[in-house]
Amino acid sequence: MHAIEKILAQAAGKKSVSTGEIVTAGVDVAEVNDLYLQVVTSFYQLGGTKVKKPEATTFVFDHYAPAPTIKAADNHKAMREFCTAQGIDKLFDVGRGVCHQVLIEDGLVAPGSIVVETDSHTTTLGALGVFGTGVGATDMALILLNGSLWFRVPEVMKIVLAGGPLGPGVMAKDIILHIIGDLKQDAAIYKCVEFTGPAVATMSVEERLVLCNMSVEMGAKTAYIQPDAKTWEYLARMGIAKAIRDVSTDADYVYSSVYHYDVSKIQPSVATPGSVDNFALVKSEAGVQVNQIFIGTCTGGRLNDLATAAKILKGKKVAKGTRLVIIPASDKVMQQAMAAGHVQTLMEAGAAFSTPGCGPCLGAHEGILAAGEVGLTTSSRNFPGRMGSTESKLYVVSPATAAASAISGTITDPASL
Amino acid sequence: MKILKGKVYSFGNNIDTDQIYPGRFLELTEHKDIGKHAMEGADPSYPQRFVKGGFIVAGSNFGCGSSREHAVITLKNVGVAAIFAKSFARIFYRNCINLGVPVIMAPDLDSFGLTEGKEIEVDLAAGTLESGGLVHTFVPLSNDIMALIENGGVFSLYKK
Ligand code: SF4
Repeated sequence: MHAIEKILAQAAGKKSVSTGEIVTAGVDVAEVNDLYLQVVTSFYQLGGTKVKKPEATTFVFDHYAPAPTIKAADNHKAMREFCTAQGIDKLFDVGRGVCHQVLIEDGLVAPGSIVVETDSHTTTLGALGVFGTGVGATDMALILLNGSLWFRVPEVMKIVLAGGPLGPGVMAKDIILHIIGDLKQDAAIYKCVEFTGPAVATMSVEERLVLCNMSVEMGAKTAYIQPDAKTWEYLARMGIAKAIRDVSTDADYVYSSVYHYDVSKIQPSVATPGSVDNFALVKSEAGVQVNQIFIGTCTGGRLNDLATAAKILKGKKVAKGTRLVIIPASDKVMQQAMAAGHVQTLMEAGAAFSTPGCGPCLGAHEGILAAGEVGLTTSSRNFPGRMGSTESKLYVVSPATAAASAISGTITDPASL
Repeated sequence: MKILKGKVYSFGNNIDTDQIYPGRFLELTEHKDIGKHAMEGADPSYPQRFVKGGFIVAGSNFGCGSSREHAVITLKNVGVAAIFAKSFARIFYRNCINLGVPVIMAPDLDSFGLTEGKEIEVDLAAGTLESGGLVHTFVPLSNDIMALIENGGVFSLYKK
């Protein structure tokens, strides 16, 4: 069996499971974000009165936080009241950060656990050996009611990353854009995507999180990276010392497909406007004028991302006519970036900082694009209208490309600096 | 068995949930308000021109992107009778079944020739779709899922 199968089997109280089987498994951590008052509505519509596992239930206010409108404020208020009434202590209110990062930093996700969030990027957690998956409001209401949910045991697609070291200016973001551009948006629907190989082994945990995060842009149900010494060292800082279930994959496990990439050949990459699988090299888009650059989100707003941007922007200025918006993925990230001097460096360069959270990532607030504007984002999606007007153009890039482009106000290859 | 009749509203591949329901309207919670913005990101004229009982016909990976259930609520509230696609993104697919919106996966959908505006007749249980005198077949949803959908989704299992 694959580690993912062992996790599902154990959580479902079974000896073994096989691909395609539907199992009902206990959920170790459930997370509701602030887009989802519908969870509460559905919970009561389903006849719910008491949340089954309040201690395993969390709420994170990230997408619309701090509340930009009265409606959003009303929704937050109703969620706070629900948490109080249900004895849910783990409410991460305004300013704590993006759900995926907050759960990790709070030490809530250990390898081997099943974590379900009302957010498609829950695949991020696979980088820690977790079965993480996203659901909609009614599925989440069922979890609150029953403490469990049905899952189809997924096929596992293996992506082997060999080669290295990475070329100048190349980050995990460039690798995953390259892979999605190659395999396309629907390559992994219903599947688990596992990343492995020597280039993953040398990659930091923060960068691994980016690979797993964006697996959902290929349709993945979940992602997976086998925990190693680096994972454990990272988790130790969150107070986690062991897996809660067996997370080993048997030698005879058969993957549904296997792909190989040599990362030393990958160059700084972008997804051009409209779709994450519109792959292009940064150098072939170089020179395009940019109105706004956004560094942040659960994909590109971690300490390593801010550090990369600060290194590039140190002593430089953001070009006139270009706005640089930076939103750290969490309050912890922001404090670490302040302690390291990155916030100072970036503000001196002319960056505008906002409250940790999703910010403009989904076009709600804090820096959305006008019709006719061009934006660069270190987030994961550039669907039409994702960050504002459907008449705007949005490129997905790495933090290095974002920072390099801020200096010139045009798309710039960080390898050229 | 009930025969559904309506018009085809045609869309391409990889229609994501931002196109089905733009993120800027996610703070809305009343279903009738959510219903006003169906497909607005893909086609701003859709909420006005959509006739209740119509069918969405799309390519592969329909409903990819964000997990927002609003994307299903909005389609349900404008009165989409069923969604046909070559494949669906999984969270969207689950959300549809939970809320009682029929989702039909038909990998050979292109061969049905369902262009925008065509009038079609669908028998969901039998797995047949009639268009311009031709009858096409698809794999129907399982009986349990059909029963769930006919009762308005997963809520029917819980309400006493
Ligand atoms: S930062 Fe963006 S991608 Fe991540 S959870 Fe928030 S809205 Fe979704």
